[in-house]
Amino acid sequence: MRKTSQLSPEDRNIRIYETLFSWILKFFSVLVVATLVGILATILIQALPSFRDAGINFYTGKSWDPVFKHFSATPFVVGTLATTVLALLISIPFSLSIALFSGFYLHPGRITSTIRLLIDLLAGIPSVIYGFWGLSIVVPAVRQFELFSGRVPYGVGIFTAALILSIMIVPYAASIGRDVIALVPSDLKEAGLALGATPYEVVRWIVMPYSKAGLLSGILLSFGRAIGETMAVTMVIGNANKIPGSIFDPANTISSIIANEFAEATDPIYVSHLIHMGLILFITTTAIGLFGRRVIKKWSSH
Amino acid sequence: MNKQILEISNLSVSIGNDTIIDNISMDFHWKKITTILGPSGCGKTTLIRCINRMHELIPHARVSGSILLFKKNIYEMNPILVRREIGMVFQRPNPFPTMSIYDNVIAGYKLNGIKLGSAEKDNIVETSLCRAGLWSEVKDALHRRGAFLSGGQQQRLCIARALAMKPRILLLDEPTSALDPKSTGHIEDLVSELKESVTIIMVTHNIRQASRISDFTAFLSKGELVEYGSTEKLFTVPEDKRTEEYLSRSAG
Amino acid sequence: MPSVSKRLATDLLFKGVLGLATVILFIPLIMILYYIIVNGAGAISWAFLTSLPKPPGEIGSGIGNAIVGSAILICIACTISVPIGVGVGVFLSEKPTHTIAKMVRICLEILQGIPSIVIGIISYLWVVLPMGGFSALSGGIALSLMMLPLVIRSTEETLKLIPQSLKEASLGLGVPYYRTMTKIIIPAGRPGISTGIILGISRVAGETAPLLFTAFGNPFLTFNIMKPVNSLPSLIYNYATSPYSDWQQAAWGASLVLILFLFTLSLIARTISTR
Repeated sequence: MRKTSQLSPEDRNIRIYETLFSWILKFFSVLVVATLVGILATILIQALPSFRDAGINFYTGKSWDPVFKHFSATPFVVGTLATTVLALLISIPFSLSIALFSGFYLHPGRITSTIRLLIDLLAGIPSVIYGFWGLSIVVPAVRQFELFSGRVPYGVGIFTAALILSIMIVPYAASIGRDVIALVPSDLKEAGLALGATPYEVVRWIVMPYSKAGLLSGILLSFGRAIGETMAVTMVIGNANKIPGSIFDPANTISSIIANEFAEATDPIYVSHLIHMGLILFITTTAIGLFGRRVIKKWSSH
Repeated sequence: MNKQILEISNLSVSIGNDTIIDNISMDFHWKKITTILGPSGCGKTTLIRCINRMHELIPHARVSGSILLFKKNIYEMNPILVRREIGMVFQRPNPFPTMSIYDNVIAGYKLNGIKLGSAEKDNIVETSLCRAGLWSEVKDALHRRGAFLSGGQQQRLCIARALAMKPRILLLDEPTSALDPKSTGHIEDLVSELKESVTIIMVTHNIRQASRISDFTAFLSKGELVEYGSTEKLFTVPEDKRTEEYLSRSAG
Repeated sequence: MPSVSKRLATDLLFKGVLGLATVILFIPLIMILYYIIVNGAGAISWAFLTSLPKPPGEIGSGIGNAIVGSAILICIACTISVPIGVGVGVFLSEKPTHTIAKMVRICLEILQGIPSIVIGIISYLWVVLPMGGFSALSGGIALSLMMLPLVIRSTEETLKLIPQSLKEASLGLGVPYYRTMTKIIIPAGRPGISTGIILGISRVAGETAPLLFTAFGNPFLTFNIMKPVNSLPSLIYNYATSPYSDWQQAAWGASLVLILFLFTLSLIARTISTR
């Protein structure tokens, strides 16, 4: 046995590198944790003036008017909920269909991999291009519809935003759904078929009840995803800072108001109010994400 | 009386380029227990899956030959109808976890969209559970989910579920391979009683089990039907050397 | 009792509805690609790719500065997120039960879910305010925060799959641990790690929201990372929402360039990961 003091210079170098290596790894890891804590702390501190200034009125008030210093998030909370819930309602039948079609009906093969490729393409299109396409194609179409049905022909508005948002969340929702459905044990499906049931009856009575919890948390996760979506929504929602009266009204979501006004906000309290809305966004998406993934994890491990 | 209940002729199955079943022909006997015996990978599970067309779930499986059920070719029938006549119990107990014990037993009716009156349902559930020897153990917990049942009880629940459809043939795919000896004994007794009312075809790799309960035994090796005859004869004076070898090696 | 033919019809109908819904969903995909290709192909030329933007109405306008800007932003994002991401990934796969590793996992899950606009706010508060102005650096930092979780995840997943025997073989030869990791294990995981990095790039290359108040945009060409820069997504956003038809035309061209870039990336990722 050699003592530490008798280490050759080469050995000592190795020791140093060894320690350095593990310290760097540890440092980077701590950095990641510190970054997240820093993000949370920064937003909280920066939102504090807003809490002090507006208090509960931020949530109970009805208007957002920087000129008259009325700051309430209500119009945007309503706008966000209306847009995302509508988008989910439109997209769920499609996501569920794709999930069942490619996760249950089809054997893995050329068709399923084509569907997967197309879904990946859909997921890979940037938000700003969805928004651009929405502005130039969907907005005029919705305007025609509004003219036809005797509404004010804005074209832009909650309905248009929800339509585009629904296309954007399908890839996400469908891939969760497919994973959840693929987890239904095949011996249960076989037991159903062996009793003389048709595939539809197996879906209706075995697959759906079994995967209910997983599918519901998939919907929840898609909801969390949709809330944070910014660019496409900002481009087609019409940017009106009032509580919308109908789904065809122009409005703003929490993320679109930040996108529109943050760079122009000069008054510190105005900035703080916008950050306060960022905090709402951060907390809701984080809570939904953590909760939804916990449910899926717990469900898929039994 | 030996009704022509099920006749397999010239059945071959291949998956991709592998031949799983190689030109098998055999008749089954009315209200008897036939076991299909053989080393693992010999194609015995594929064989019984062909009988209720469950092999169609395997991609790229090709089948030739015919299987006649009461003189009707099952490959010309709708699989749904075939499976109503031929029930199946799987290797691992697979009760539906989202349904109560009661609903599990009548699951076949529910899945097939058959509406029953509640008295009729109660009757079917009780009869099937009695036939499966489970009634006395679960009659007070019918509306609970089956998760608390032991493996053997779950398997008997699956048998009850298959029996509820009043099949004429019951296929058992190594029904005791996932069970402890005591539960295995239960299932064996149960199967022996069931032959009063239903024709049973059982796959097993347990030679003692085959000799204990079956009337006829078929020995499969590498997809080929080596020998088929009464259990007594096959176990005492096997005709084929391969059978003899398998029986002696596995018994010893 | 419902007849068998009726039940089979229901089954067929159900399957048909599912298939139809799947097909319907791809209509918007085809439409979007169609519009981008048809409108964008006309806009693209060598001059378009290399020139600078001009005021509306003037001919010869281009997106050269946005392409350079996007490249600068991606380079900054990679410079920050790749070393840290690979390092943390190695740490997570080597010490999965370490307290710090557990904390990192929770943080990653949260970090990955933060909406991109909030990331923009953070980079504004952390970089733009102290530096006194919009800059490519702040935009790159915002993008690196979005890329980081992906790089870490893919590194960890890849390294977990590398057989323990490989590490033992190297250590058994007397190779020090840090050398085993840097010379054997990380190179062995290179395809998986590069796929993760490429997927990370394609995730951030199309992002606009975190750049709105960081990189901000700039009609001129600059290579200075302390100055605001333009980027393809920001240019598309600004031009698409402008009332001028020639700017919108340029936005289609930029969209086509961006989409082609993203598809190429995913093609590369696919080739690497299937090899």
